[in-house]
Amino acid sequence: MDSDKMVRQANQIAQYFSAYPQARAEEGVRGHIRKFWEPRMRAQLIEYHEGGGEGLHPLVSTAVAAIKAETRESA
Amino acid sequence: MASLNPINYGTPRRESDTQITLEIDGQSVTVPEGTSVMRAAIESGIDVPKLCASDMLEPFGSCRLCLVEIEGRKGYPASCTTQVSEGMQVSTRTDKLDQLRRGVVELYLSDHPGESLTPDGHGDDELLELAEKLDVTQVRYGKGRNHQIAAVDDSNPYFDFDASRCIVCSRCVRACNETQGTFALTVDGRGFASMISAGTDDDNFLDSECVSCGACVQACPTEALIEKDVVEKGMPERSVTTTCAYCGVGCSFNAELKGDEVIRMVPTKEGKANQGHSCVKGRFAWGYTNHPDRITKPMVRDKITDPWREVSWDEAIRFSVDKINAIRDEHGSGALGAITSSRCTNEETFLVQKLARAVFNTNNVDTCARVCHSPTGYGLNSTFGTSAGTQDFVSVEQCDVILVIGANPTDAHPVFGSQMKRRLRQGARLIVVDPRAIDLVRSPHVEADYHLQLRPGTNVALVNAMAHTVLSEGLENRAFVEERCDLDEYDGWRDFILREENSPENTEQYTGVPAAMVREAARLYATGGNGAIYYGLGVTEHSQGSTMVMGMANIAMATGNIGRPGMGVNPLRGQNNVQGSCDMGSFPHELPGYRHVSDKSVRDIFEKEWGVTIGEEPGLRIPNMIDAATAGTFKGLYVQGEDILQSDPNIKHIAAGLAAMDCVIIQDIFLNETASYAHVFLPGSTFLEKDGTFTNAERRINRVRKIQTAPAGYADWEITQMLAQALGYNMNYSHPSEIMDEIARTTPTFKGVSFDKIDALGSVQWPCNDEHPEGTPVMHVDNFVRGKGKFMLTPFVPTEERANRKFPLLLTTGRILSQYNVGAQTRRTANRLWHAEDWLEVHPSDAEVRGIKDGTLVAVASRMGETTLRAKVSERMTPGVVYTTFHFPETAANVVTTEFSDWATECPEYKVTAVEVRPCNTMSEWQRRYIDTREKQQQIAGDQSVRDPESVAAGFDAGDKEWEPAE
Repeated sequence: MDSDKMVRQANQIAQYFSAYPQARAEEGVRGHIRKFWEPRMRAQLIEYHEGGGEGLHPLVSTAVAAIKAETRESA
Repeated sequence: MASLNPINYGTPRRESDTQITLEIDGQSVTVPEGTSVMRAAIESGIDVPKLCASDMLEPFGSCRLCLVEIEGRKGYPASCTTQVSEGMQVSTRTDKLDQLRRGVVELYLSDHPGESLTPDGHGDDELLELAEKLDVTQVRYGKGRNHQIAAVDDSNPYFDFDASRCIVCSRCVRACNETQGTFALTVDGRGFASMISAGTDDDNFLDSECVSCGACVQACPTEALIEKDVVEKGMPERSVTTTCAYCGVGCSFNAELKGDEVIRMVPTKEGKANQGHSCVKGRFAWGYTNHPDRITKPMVRDKITDPWREVSWDEAIRFSVDKINAIRDEHGSGALGAITSSRCTNEETFLVQKLARAVFNTNNVDTCARVCHSPTGYGLNSTFGTSAGTQDFVSVEQCDVILVIGANPTDAHPVFGSQMKRRLRQGARLIVVDPRAIDLVRSPHVEADYHLQLRPGTNVALVNAMAHTVLSEGLENRAFVEERCDLDEYDGWRDFILREENSPENTEQYTGVPAAMVREAARLYATGGNGAIYYGLGVTEHSQGSTMVMGMANIAMATGNIGRPGMGVNPLRGQNNVQGSCDMGSFPHELPGYRHVSDKSVRDIFEKEWGVTIGEEPGLRIPNMIDAATAGTFKGLYVQGEDILQSDPNIKHIAAGLAAMDCVIIQDIFLNETASYAHVFLPGSTFLEKDGTFTNAERRINRVRKIQTAPAGYADWEITQMLAQALGYNMNYSHPSEIMDEIARTTPTFKGVSFDKIDALGSVQWPCNDEHPEGTPVMHVDNFVRGKGKFMLTPFVPTEERANRKFPLLLTTGRILSQYNVGAQTRRTANRLWHAEDWLEVHPSDAEVRGIKDGTLVAVASRMGETTLRAKVSERMTPGVVYTTFHFPETAANVVTTEFSDWATECPEYKVTAVEVRPCNTMSEWQRRYIDTREKQQQIAGDQSVRDPESVAAGFDAGDKEWEPAE
C-alpha cells in the first residue's frame, strides 16, 4: 500500500478512538488494527514506524509499539 | 390477470379480535369483524363472480357482479362493499342473481371484442371466463356506440393498453394508487367517454409518470392491460416460485412458463417481503437471462492482450488450477484470494469463501459489501451485537415517524418504497435526510415534514445534533436506557453528546441545515410515537460511514425506538443477497455468522467440518488485494459475479492492480469490465438457472428455484466445486440444500434453517434456531444480541475530500429506478428506454454560471480523473452539489471518485468527491483509451465482437464529433 494512504487510514482510526479516554483510545486503535489489518499491512506499518513514522497520529504510534511487542511474544 | 394466480379473495384480509359468525348459502362461516361478505364466502370455498374486486385493493363496488341477497335487506347489495354482521344470512346463487349477473356481463361484452388476445380460450380475460361460467353466449346490444376502434397504446416496451377491452372497473387506477402509490392513472371523462388515462391527454404510458411496476397489468381483469410476451407467446401453463435477483427487498415471484420458456414474472401475494407487488426491474427486466451477450463457453488466454480462446470445461478448470498452483508454489497462499458475489446464492457464496479458506488456505476473501454496507456490519455489531436490520418490512405499517437517511427507496428499493408511501398516506410523519430532494420529499399524497438537506459528508454532525437535542431537551427514554443498555457507556456518550460542539447551532456551519429544523426533526423522532430509521448507502459510503451507523443506533436506543414493531434501525441493502453474502463469511476477518477468525473455538468448528487448518489472521480486503497486487505480493484472484473494475473507486488503480496479477479468474454471465483483465472466464448462471437461497434486507431467507439450465451447463456452485475438486479438495455436494445443511451445522444463527423448512414456511428470517424455530421478524426484543446495548462515541471528523476553488462542487452518486447497479443486467433490457446513459444532475444556479443547459455535454473533473456525460439541470440538487448514477461503464463515474474510505471498514467514500464541471464536446481521454482497450481485451478469437453494439455505442462512437443523444 502506498505509504501516504496507509498513514491516512491508520490516522483515521486514531481520530475516531481519540474521542475516548487515553487508555481506551490506545486499546481501541491497537485492537482495531490487530483485528482488521492483514499481517502484511501491519508489517508495513511497523516498518514505517521504525523508519521514523512521519505523520502518524500518536495513538497509532502507541498501537504499533503494542503490536510489535505482541508479535515478538508470539514469535 | 387470472389464470395462474392463486385464489382472489376479492377484498383484503382484515384483522380483528372480534369474530363474526354468519351463514352463507346455508353454510356457517366465522371471520374477523370488518371482513367483506365476498371474502367470507370465498374463504369458505363459495365462489362469488367479480370483476372490479381484488384482494390486494380496497373494495370499490363498481362492476355489479358480486351481488348477493341478504335476508332482511332490500335489493341486491354488492358483497365486496358489504361487511359481515353477526347472524347475517346470505345467498350468493339464486336464479335472480344469475339473471342479473348475466345481464351485466352481456352489457360489458357489448363493448368488448369478445375473444382473448391469446389463442388460449379465455386467455387472461376474467370477463370471458365469467361469461363462460354464466353461460352468456349471445349479446343483444351489438349495434350501439362502442369503443372498439380505440387505438392500442403500445408505447410501453413490456405491456400494451387496449382501450377496446377496458370495462373501466378502475382496478388499474386503484392498483397504481393503493399498491404502487404513484397515482399515474386516472379515469378520464364521464359516462360513455370514460377512459383510463396515463397522465394527460397528450401522454401515453411510456411518456407518463407511470413507473411500469406492472401492478395495473396484474390487476386488469380483461386483457386491456396485458404483457406483450403473453400476447406474442400465449398464456403460461405452469409456475415456479422463486426470488428476484435485483435489490435487497427480495421479492417473491411466480415465474410463469409455457413449456420450459418463461412467459412472465408475477409477484406472489404470499411473498412476505413484497406482498404481491413488484417493480419494473423484477417483473419485466429479466430478458437479460437470454441475451445474446451471454457467454456460453469457458475461455482462457495467457495474456490479457491476447484474444479469448474458447475451450472445454476440463481445459478451463485445468488451466485455472495450473495457474493457481504455480502462484501458490512461488508466492505462497497469501498471494491468492477470492471475491464472493452478492448476486449469487448463500450456498454459492459460502462455497467461495470455503474455497478460499479450505482450498487456497487463505482468509483473503471479500465481497462487494466492502463498497456498500460494510459499515453497517461494523456499526450495528458494535452497538447491538450483530450486523443485521432490526425489523421485517411489514413493521413499517406500525411506524408513526419514519426517518429516511441517505436512501432513496422509491428508486433503489421500489417495492418497499411503495409500502412506506402507503404508511405515509395513512398519516405517518416523515423526516428525510439527504443532500438531494428525492421523490419522497414531495410526491403525490406524500410530503416530508422535514427535509434536512445537508451537505455531503456531514451526516455525523447532523446525527450528533439530533442526539444533542434529544438529551438537552430531556426527550430520551430513560427507562429503556436503564433497563436495556450499558449505563457506563451511556453516561460517557451523554457527556460527549452534550458538548456544545454537537449542538444544532454549532453543527449548522458544517451541515448547512438550520438548527431550528434539526431540533424540530429530533423532537418529532423522539416523541412522535414509533420511530423507525431506514438508511442506505448515503450513510455508509463515507469516511465516517461506520460512525454514522453507530450514531443512528445511539439515537434509536436513547429514544427507546428499538425492539418492537414499527421501530428499529434498518439498512436498505443494495443487492439481492448483500445480507446473505455477509452472513456467509465473505469478509476476510470473519467466518460465517460474523465470528472473527481469531476465535479458536469458531475455527475449530470449521476445521473439523472441512478437515483443514484455518488461518487465525484477517485476510486482505478488496482494496488491500489491489494494493498488494501493485506491490507484487498478490498474484491470483477468483471473482464470482462481481465487476470491481466498474463498481469500485479509482478505476485506474483497480486496473493497474488487476493487470499486475498472474491469474484473474472471472465467473460471470457476461464479459464484464473486470474480464478485460482476466485470464480465465467461467460462464456462470442467472437466478433462473440455479437452486439456492437469497437473504434480503430483513434477514429473510427466500428460496431460489431452478427454472432453466444455464447455457454453459452449470450453476455457479457447481463451477466452484469443480475448481475445488481439481485443486485436490474433496467437495461433493449433489444439491445446494446440502450446502445449507452444512451452514446450519456450523452457524448458530442458521441452526434451524433447511430447504425443507423454507419450503414449508415460504421463507425464514434468521436467527432461526432452537429458541426461534420459525425465525425472528423483529430483533433485540428483550435483550440486544450483545446483551446490553452499547452507546458508542461518534466524533465528527470532516472528510479530507474538500471542495476548493479548483474543485468547487461536491459530487455524490446513486441509482435510478430503471437501472440496477453496474447495469450489466438492466442495460441489456428495454429499461434503456427510460435511462440510456448516466446523467449529471446540476442545480440551476450552478448550471447557469457555467453555461450548462439541459442536455449539455459536460466534463466532470476531480483530483483523480475526468469523465464526460450529459447534464440535467435539476432543482432536486442543493447548490454546490452535483449527482450522477453509475450504471454505464462508458461513463466511468468511478474514474473521478477518490480512494478516501470509511475509517473502520475501508468502504469507499463514493458520496463525496470534489469536482468541477464544464461544458465540453468530446469524451475524456480516459474514456477514449478505456473503450479502445476494452474492445481489444474482450475480443474472442474468431469473433468480430461479442458485445451488444448498443451497449458499446451509447453515443461514444462519435469520437471528436459532437455527441449525439443516445435516444
